[in-house]
Amino acid sequence: MNYLDFEKPIQELIELRDKMKQTAEKNGVDVSSSLQEIEDKITSKRIEIYSNLTPWQRVQVSRHPDRPYTLDYIKAITDSEFIELHGDRTVKDDKAMVGGFGMLNGRTVMFVGQQKGRNTKLRQYHNFGMPNPEGYRKALRLMKMAEKFNKPIVTFIDTPGAFPGLEAEERGQGEAIARNLLEMAQLKVPVICIIIGEGASGGALGIGIGDRVIMLENTWYSVISPESCSSILWRSWDNKERAAEALKLTADDMMGQGLVDGVIKEPIGGAHTNWEEIFATVKNRIEEELQTLDKLSPEQRIDQRIEKFCKMGVVVEG
Amino acid sequence: MGWFKRIKEGITTSTKEKKETPEGLWHKCPSCKKVLPTNEHIANHYVCPNCNYHDRIGSAEYFAILFDDNQFTELHPALQSADPLNFSDTKKYPDRLVDSQKKTGLKDALRSAVGKVNGYDLVVCCMDFSFIGGSMGSVVGEKISRAIDYCLEHRVPLMIISKSGGARMMEAAHSLMQMAKTSAKLSLMDKHGIPYISLLTDPTTGGVTASYAMLGDLNISEPGSLIGFAGPRVVKETIGKDLPKGFQTAEFVLEHGFLDAIIDRKELKPTISNLLMMFKK
Repeated sequence: MNYLDFEKPIQELIELRDKMKQTAEKNGVDVSSSLQEIEDKITSKRIEIYSNLTPWQRVQVSRHPDRPYTLDYIKAITDSEFIELHGDRTVKDDKAMVGGFGMLNGRTVMFVGQQKGRNTKLRQYHNFGMPNPEGYRKALRLMKMAEKFNKPIVTFIDTPGAFPGLEAEERGQGEAIARNLLEMAQLKVPVICIIIGEGASGGALGIGIGDRVIMLENTWYSVISPESCSSILWRSWDNKERAAEALKLTADDMMGQGLVDGVIKEPIGGAHTNWEEIFATVKNRIEEELQTLDKLSPEQRIDQRIEKFCKMGVVVEG
Repeated sequence: MGWFKRIKEGITTSTKEKKETPEGLWHKCPSCKKVLPTNEHIANHYVCPNCNYHDRIGSAEYFAILFDDNQFTELHPALQSADPLNFSDTKKYPDRLVDSQKKTGLKDALRSAVGKVNGYDLVVCCMDFSFIGGSMGSVVGEKISRAIDYCLEHRVPLMIISKSGGARMMEAAHSLMQMAKTSAKLSLMDKHGIPYISLLTDPTTGGVTASYAMLGDLNISEPGSLIGFAGPRVVKETIGKDLPKGFQTAEFVLEHGFLDAIIDRKELKPTISNLLMMFKK
């Protein structure tokens, strides 16, 4: 288990509990009542800490190293009835973007999402969840195939941004993202986008044009990361907390601004503390949303999707 | 031994008596430093006759270059930014807006207008870099969206002249969603078969490149323009090496297959009207 700074009180309690368990086992003593007491304390501590998270703390939770990633969700939701598909058919297979057909309660769904790695080796392999242009083109290829065979699309968004590398520029990072925005607006099949971790700017939006855009409770979505925002506006990373607040990037803030369609509650203490629960919640939500979206015609879905995004932004008529 | 000797040391003319060249009479090319009378510079579409450097210009200049007799009707000129996030960095966002408006005489970073280009109808949305770095906020997105409505209703082709550092941070996610909004709207132009020409000028980066600027039926640019998604400084930091010469110039982007053509500014109007003719006939 990994713990964030502000999770230290929880960590202490958990370590105390584990120690008590060990001693009890070793000495054959019944400590169930004290254990229960500590469990209750852990829960109340989690509630206490997690109901008062600052925006910056939520950003930290969204990056928690124990949080489930895209393939974890896909495998759990499909009960491992999932076939990963590779490549953009032009340049290569981008490991930062994964996708493929999976079964959701007997129905075929196309899953697409950015993938992070859980250890140093895998983090590098998946390029820290930062796709190159071929990642966006692979995503588009898979989504167009889903459209061709009339299968709904679910995207999982979790990226610190599109990769700002030399080759990425040569192969048209801007064009690749732009093309996805335009094409996704016109997809005939239902599209559900779920932000499961970090939703950084164009790199996130590149698979984020959906009939439903839903954020998990402890995620962020904005035009820039708080660190970069701080370094541009105040010329140092020291103001990241302030930037996180100013950007209004949490799920509740985004919902309040009408820029996303829903927020999914996470287990107490964050998605990383109870994978099974968050998988079940996300799976149920996808099913619910698909049932609603199935009732609309492709034209209705496209019209409503475009209209929704066209309403975004605040202007004064002057 | 010199013929002349300075008797009094230093400059003796007082500031009051100093004879200044009147402001704006001469233009010095920022690239080759050649000096040219300003009126010649304007007549040359703000392009240096010596080194072909294309000076950065704004919507007023592009409208004058493109529209016949500089005649056009501006669309939705009154739209202004709100401050949905109550944003404040070193300055409050509303104050920043007012300052920029005073300094530039513009309402925001984009103006749209409809007029004729050698007799062909065209809607032109043109960004102004002088207004907060040409950043794309809600007004930019909304004006493009409404300009597309006009194009769809009247079946008039669209041209967007991009010149921007990217998204406007002070509008955060509202700004991000303008990428979605403009691209979604452009998909309707596709559907209805109305041409869209994107002119990417110096500089076009960030969220603007990753949305409408790269989505033209034709993507064209001016010589030497900086075009990219990530800015050169960020790319340099990522790869930890110096960038190759000419990286992210219009010429580089064309070689990699993302531009249809690079057109000198003096050829801009005839080329655009030719293209409009070809789309029509």
